[in-house]
Amino acid sequence: MSNSKSTAPILAGVVGFFDDPSSLLDATKKVKNSAYKEFDCFTPFPVHGLEHAQGLKRSKVPYVTGTFAFTGTTLAFLWEYSASKVWWPHIIGGKPFNSLPAFVPIMFEFSVLLGGISTLFAMLYFNRLPNLKKRAFDPSITNNRFAILIENPVVDPHDDDEPKVHFSPEEAETFLKSVGAKDTRKVYEEGWF
Amino acid sequence: MATIANSGIEKPLNEALVTGAKTFADVNNDVSRPLESFPTKIWWICFITAMVVFSIGAGAVLDAFEKGLGVLGLNQPIGWGSYIITFVFWVGIGHAGTLISAILFLFRQKWRTGINRSAEAMTIFAVMTALLFPVIHTGRPWLAIVWLFPYPNQRQLWVNFRSPLEWDVFAVSTYFTISLIFWYVGLIPDLASIRDRAKNKIRKVLLTVASLGWRGSNKNWNNYEAAYLIFAGLSTPLVLSVHSVVSFDFAVAQLPGWHTTIFPPYFVAGAIFSGFAMVVTLLVIAREVFGLKHYITMDHLEKMNKIIMATGMLVGYAYAIEFFIAWYSGSAFESFTFVNRAFGPYWWAYWTMAVCNVFIPQIFWIRKMRRSVPVMFVVSLFVNIGMWFERFVITVTSLHRDFLPSSWKMYIPQLHDWLTIFGSFGFFFIWFLLFVRFLPTIAMAEVKSVMDQPQKGDAHV
Repeated sequence: MSNSKSTAPILAGVVGFFDDPSSLLDATKKVKNSAYKEFDCFTPFPVHGLEHAQGLKRSKVPYVTGTFAFTGTTLAFLWEYSASKVWWPHIIGGKPFNSLPAFVPIMFEFSVLLGGISTLFAMLYFNRLPNLKKRAFDPSITNNRFAILIENPVVDPHDDDEPKVHFSPEEAETFLKSVGAKDTRKVYEEGWF
Repeated sequence: MATIANSGIEKPLNEALVTGAKTFADVNNDVSRPLESFPTKIWWICFITAMVVFSIGAGAVLDAFEKGLGVLGLNQPIGWGSYIITFVFWVGIGHAGTLISAILFLFRQKWRTGINRSAEAMTIFAVMTALLFPVIHTGRPWLAIVWLFPYPNQRQLWVNFRSPLEWDVFAVSTYFTISLIFWYVGLIPDLASIRDRAKNKIRKVLLTVASLGWRGSNKNWNNYEAAYLIFAGLSTPLVLSVHSVVSFDFAVAQLPGWHTTIFPPYFVAGAIFSGFAMVVTLLVIAREVFGLKHYITMDHLEKMNKIIMATGMLVGYAYAIEFFIAWYSGSAFESFTFVNRAFGPYWWAYWTMAVCNVFIPQIFWIRKMRRSVPVMFVVSLFVNIGMWFERFVITVTSLHRDFLPSSWKMYIPQLHDWLTIFGSFGFFFIWFLLFVRFLPTIAMAEVKSVMDQPQKGDAHV
């Protein structure tokens, strides 16, 4: 993969490829129970049950949406109330200045608007998107193949307390083959541009 | 795939959602192929036609700006005419996409995956087309368009938040924003798919940026799926609210023929009805031209036709109940308006509406008709015509007989009205044609997740 020979490429990890979702699912369970703690699966479409096999926590996106949607409801009410009752009260159609039922449609729309926009940004933030630094390691991932990437653990050289993990790419490749990978390969860190 | 294996029936409940024994790789090849070659002759003919149609409409609009809105058919008492009729028509068209992408998603209707991308695209373009009309109707948009936005004047006087027209600004702009976000989020994995196939360097860079560097990581899918579900959850009440709010533009006015509580559900049913008809019109052509018959199968079309028939009958029910309530209310004005609607000077508009929307879709009771491409194409065109007339009938017949007979008048749309409506179709099709040229028309990642999959375990996915 690595084209730049000028600088020594940094090993990002070892990847094993699978042909179908169910063998990926089986292999993921085995990797989860192994000594390799840093790993991720790569699939062309969301595979159901994979998040449990991989031990992923429930997404935090809904909390962000809820918070912003509720903020939207409140802000819209304060906005309408202030404009209609505080800043310049006008009698229109004989309605009271604080005509709550008439404020509801905008309160609803504004909740959805803020909720929706915040959902987009929360999803991007939690996924570290836009992603410039990590290049897709194989074009087949967005097409028809499935993969497990066992990551090279990042060791902080200044932290002496941290136990030094000995990561051998060869061992990881053998391990991935043993859980059913059709094909394995080393992956080096490479940006998009 | 749902099968009822234990009950002794061997046939699957549904036909396969993707036919032709396609593999995952075939999905990418089939959907991406049209995007990776130069446009065909037929595409250019369609595109240039759309440009010409749009230019004619734009010319009429510019001429109306030059001469003033007096060139339209509006008069006293008919102050609302072709602009609001066509605005409501296009907003209505824009409802099917979100219904398919959001409501059918929550109901776990897996057949939506074949059609949701193009239906959502259609939604966005229809709403964009609709939004042209509030802009044009101001007559001098460069001076007046900012008044649509909620901000105070220099003396701190705000817009009237009690007005349905103001609610409409929020409803339609929220709907447009959320639909666009929902559509784009759905596109991210597919943009990554076509990025990974791209041979051309510039194309690859552009698609890398557009796909935000998506890698298909399952940690990403986890958040993505959560966000997608939320978008579906937010869009469902949103889509129902938008046409309800559009109907408030009429229903909150105290005018016989408009002032009815049935309007919100009636408008929403009509919007889904007309939207599905437009989806059928477009997909019947698209699946033929782009060779997508294995993805947009006859089964998909049949299901859409069933929805057209069901919503058509809902609309028919609303037409009937309006008459009943007009009589039952005992209001002389209400009764007069409805009798006048069906048997007055605009009887032809009323019966065009009723025939196109209620009677013609009844042909879909017959399975053979539901599964015939020429029949559904013709029916979908009739529904589109009928739904335009529905808005014409609601707007014009309620206004043209004022409380005083001395102010009775007829509304006849003039040349500028017709050309503007005509041009709006050009605008819509320009966007749609660009979409089918540059973006994957089928949600590849979603289709793959509902396919019969090459796997060893049991087939539940």
